[in-house]
Amino acid sequence: MILDQISVFVENKPGALSDVTAQLSEAGIDFKAFTVADTAEFGILRFIVDAPKKALTLLKLNGWVASLTPVVAVKMNDEPGSLARILKLLSDNSVQVEYMYAFVAQEEGRAYVVFRVADPAAAAALLEASGFATSASIVR
Amino acid sequence: MPEGVRSKERTGELAYYQEKEELMSRDEMTALQSERLVKQVAHVYANVAPYRKKMQDAGLEPGDVKGIEDLHKLPFTTKDDLKEAYPYGYLALPLSQCVRIQSTSGTTGRRVVAFYTQHDIDLWDSCCARSIAAAGGTNEDVVHVSYGYGLFTGGPGLNGGSHLVGSLTLPMSSGNTERQLQFMTDLESTILCCTPSYAAFLGESAHDTGVIDKIKLKAGIFGAEAWSEEMRRDIEKSLGIKAYDIYGLTEISGPGVSFECSEQTGMHVCEDHFYPEIIDPATGAVLPEESKGELVFTCLTKQAFPLLRYRTRDITMLTRAQCSCGRTLVKMKRLMGRTDDMLIIRGVNVFPSQIETVLINSGYPANYQIILDRVNHTDTFEVQVEMTDEMFSDEVRVIEQKEKALLAALKSMLGISPKVKLAAPRSITRSEGKAVRVIDKRKI
Ligand SMILES: [Zn+2]
Repeated sequence: MILDQISVFVENKPGALSDVTAQLSEAGIDFKAFTVADTAEFGILRFIVDAPKKALTLLKLNGWVASLTPVVAVKMNDEPGSLARILKLLSDNSVQVEYMYAFVAQEEGRAYVVFRVADPAAAAALLEASGFATSASIVR
Repeated sequence: MPEGVRSKERTGELAYYQEKEELMSRDEMTALQSERLVKQVAHVYANVAPYRKKMQDAGLEPGDVKGIEDLHKLPFTTKDDLKEAYPYGYLALPLSQCVRIQSTSGTTGRRVVAFYTQHDIDLWDSCCARSIAAAGGTNEDVVHVSYGYGLFTGGPGLNGGSHLVGSLTLPMSSGNTERQLQFMTDLESTILCCTPSYAAFLGESAHDTGVIDKIKLKAGIFGAEAWSEEMRRDIEKSLGIKAYDIYGLTEISGPGVSFECSEQTGMHVCEDHFYPEIIDPATGAVLPEESKGELVFTCLTKQAFPLLRYRTRDITMLTRAQCSCGRTLVKMKRLMGRTDDMLIIRGVNVFPSQIETVLINSGYPANYQIILDRVNHTDTFEVQVEMTDEMFSDEVRVIEQKEKALLAALKSMLGISPKVKLAAPRSITRSEGKAVRVIDKRKI
């Protein structure tokens, strides 16, 4: 399944991170996954929430630069080496992964790995055809 | 003087107000300028005490200036010189021969007052008439002048020029936007003269009040403040016109010292009256064509207040590249800043407006801040730019690529490399609504 990831630009300043999370939590938005990509100068917060469109509107109203990015979330089964198999499958099919991160969907108690690729629909189809579950019932 | 400018729309010919001077060959122009300069230097030496003293101090006599090629020998005149000699020190004729006073809009300290004989007014008007004709103005136009009238030269200058062209002149003066729009629609104004910011405001108001469709404007002549190419495009789109730049200053006469033509790539200088030079603001050395530096003017024909080598503090460059309008008058580029704003960073002259140009051309908002400091005896130079939705990406790599491209563009424009810092939106300090552009922490 394809999820809408929220990305937010933050300066590398103390407090920027907690400002973003506090504003969304106050509005009742539930965080499912959270990761930070940072350089010496700035950071990009990336997260999955239960209501991404509402979160984006709220962030923009509060003056943040933010965007929605479609990403593929793949359910991990308990077998060892499943991540390696996914990466090999993508690589064999020339799908370049820009970045990835993992989270645990609490309702299901299962781990998911999020992949950022150029064509998420094609990547999701490829993964599903190879028997990987890309569904996640975490977004309203 | 020619009797107005007739519409040549049917024949498609370009119209000039003073074809002879505006299309003069280089040799003829140089001869004319030389002849006029020699006369002017004699007049000034005889009648203006501070000039006589300056020339004597430099060991110069009027006879040492034999032509325009000797101009560089003469001393400069600065705004401070004029302030010191306020009000009559640079007056070159008895007041009984003067017919008008205009004054600069300076808000602090002593103003500069300039004196005009009827001849001085006539030549100034003729320069404004050249500008109106270059913007397509003829005896069939309605020229709507929304520059202030009074001590400020904007209103009187364009008013006089419009009369000479033979246009119907609407002396609106500034302010009262509702009345401006009413006259503009009822009397079908075709050429608007005002500051670019007021033109932008009138455009917005015309859209807001729904009268935009009734507006018949075809052109605008906008000056008296610096504006960007982007602002030109916005005004042109908003009002459905062609927008032309015009330049001038009270010390030299008023608007019309230079004016833009249909090519819109710079302003033709009325060099038969006002001889332009570009100098290095630090050394005073005259710079060659196409070099950027401080603009200096010498009045070749004015009688009452004839300044020699007056330093404008405006930064631009001159070009004699052939112009599609046919005029041979030298062109000055859009103003690139003021020597007052000039920063010297690691020995290189940098103007905040250059940074603004790069940002706009690269698709960034013109909201930026320059932070200068000195670490281990070396200047640090940082340009902070606010992040926008357009520049943002969820990928670090993409943002860094854009940052690199911006850095390369800045380096190529400035000659030195700043550090670029992407800042959060609306994080750049503003004071009273205006952004603070430069923070110089260097202790020198
Ligand atoms: Zn031209």
